[in-house]
Amino acid sequence: MIEVTIIGAGVAGLFAAHELARRGAQVRILDRNGAPGPHGCSWWAGGMLAPECEGATAEPVITRLGREAAEAWSRITPVTHRGTLVIALQRDRSELDRFARRTTGARRLDAQGIATLEPDLDHREGLFFPSEAHLDPRVALSDLLADLSSRGITVERSQTPPENLSGIVIDARGMEAPGLRGVRGEMVVIRTPEITLTRPVRLLHPRHPLYVVPRGDGRLMLGATQLESAARGAIRVRSLLELLSAAYALDPRLAEAELVETGADLRPAYPDNIPRVTRTGRILRLNGLFRHGFLLAPALARQAADLLLNDIKGELVHED
Amino acid sequence: MLFYGTELSSRLMLGTAQYPSPAIMEDAFRRSGASVATVSLRREGGRGQGFWDIISGLGVHVLPNTAGCHSAKEAVTTARMAREMFETNWIKLEVIGHSDTLQPDPFGLLDAAETLSAERFEVFPYTTEDQVLAQRLLDAGCKVLMPWGAPIGSGLGLNNRHGLRMLRAAFPDVPMVIDAGIGMPSHAAEAMEMGFDAVLLNTAVAQAGDPAAMAQAFGQAIEAGRMARGADPMAPRDMAVPSTPVIGKAWL
Repeated sequence: MIEVTIIGAGVAGLFAAHELARRGAQVRILDRNGAPGPHGCSWWAGGMLAPECEGATAEPVITRLGREAAEAWSRITPVTHRGTLVIALQRDRSELDRFARRTTGARRLDAQGIATLEPDLDHREGLFFPSEAHLDPRVALSDLLADLSSRGITVERSQTPPENLSGIVIDARGMEAPGLRGVRGEMVVIRTPEITLTRPVRLLHPRHPLYVVPRGDGRLMLGATQLESAARGAIRVRSLLELLSAAYALDPRLAEAELVETGADLRPAYPDNIPRVTRTGRILRLNGLFRHGFLLAPALARQAADLLLNDIKGELVHED
Repeated sequence: MLFYGTELSSRLMLGTAQYPSPAIMEDAFRRSGASVATVSLRREGGRGQGFWDIISGLGVHVLPNTAGCHSAKEAVTTARMAREMFETNWIKLEVIGHSDTLQPDPFGLLDAAETLSAERFEVFPYTTEDQVLAQRLLDAGCKVLMPWGAPIGSGLGLNNRHGLRMLRAAFPDVPMVIDAGIGMPSHAAEAMEMGFDAVLLNTAVAQAGDPAAMAQAFGQAIEAGRMARGADPMAPRDMAVPSTPVIGKAWL
């Protein structure tokens, strides 16, 4: 039986552990902070499994591999299969046409169609991507831990770097690993009893695009900024203003919502914003998930397992 | 034509925001031949080495900007930070006067231009086509002007051709860059045909479906427009003028 030590208990490391374990490998997980929490960027994710919408700006491989995410996650955690609704303010209607041109799988909606999907929303035109899904990232991480625990795997606290470990090592440390570019993201969670959404809603805007992901219990996650900056620290006032103004434009009733939580962290990324499995001898680096942590962790894990167990080189695999 | 003593290999200046990925941005620079990269300090000024490494790897002149600044004071502070960070005296000075149209605040702009010029900055002021303001900016020490084509990000092209033509004619020896509002390569070509010295754009390339191809198209359009200007274009006329003589043709 193959033995693998994984460093990093974020979504990349944990999903790789799950994939390898279910395919018969013996797995250990190390993380300097232990179980997932606010110290890792997976904690702040949106949890949209939206390969079609991401295709509007991402490379085609993101869409192609992202399509396996919803099914893979369904083995582990509740996944809501209700698609994605995309809308634009009246004066930005041309953004909808452009978004439709650059994606596949969209259905055009009029006011009636939007109201049928989301009765609390009042917008005239939109796009619907019925094949997409979403999950709650923190629930998903906890369910991943439970799945691993049922296989006898727990996260051990350790700061040992990959070079000092013996055997096959998967380095999934995200920004802690060398050579990654940080792309700052900031998010907000609000709670309102007035508006219920049942699926992610994206508001297209040339300057301040917004997505809203329902988290249950009246909570809505608003995300997310994307700044070419590796500065850490709490959400900036400007970002908070932009996110909340966009939410207000989506529906003025959101002005009455409670501000529950804000967060900010760095997305680890390579220059092409595509994640990689990089093999250097006995060390495999799984990194660069950028804004596609939950969307692409299953494909990244599968390709890492294919490489280790079956010597199959998938398209995310790079040899050093 | 020198921009503060620097000869540019290409008259295209390209912004570095809003690309799908830095790899695509690199490709856009390579295929367009752009010679200047503008970078925003205000918004993206983190301690992130990764993105700056990519920008410096482009091998082009870096023109930091004060995008997002709404007062002279804020712009001056941002310019000083930019000089330290990028080790250049160049600064594209933006003082936004209105958050919906993003049009420059002429008073704040002049104020900041005076302060920065006194501190030996080489200021590229983002301005309107207003001739009086242009003169005041030159008096303040600016040796380049950057009149807008149209509001930032609007893609409307050259909104006030008459005003731009007057501005060009009024200051024939001042290097001028059309900045903002360019949507299509034809807009950029037209600006060059009108005698402007360079074009600065970002959104039209970064938000295109294929940014690198669009960047190349802009590079070629700017080259075409510049060459046409140098070739002394014909003047438009109201009447048709046959390109072959009519007299002497066989009468049947």
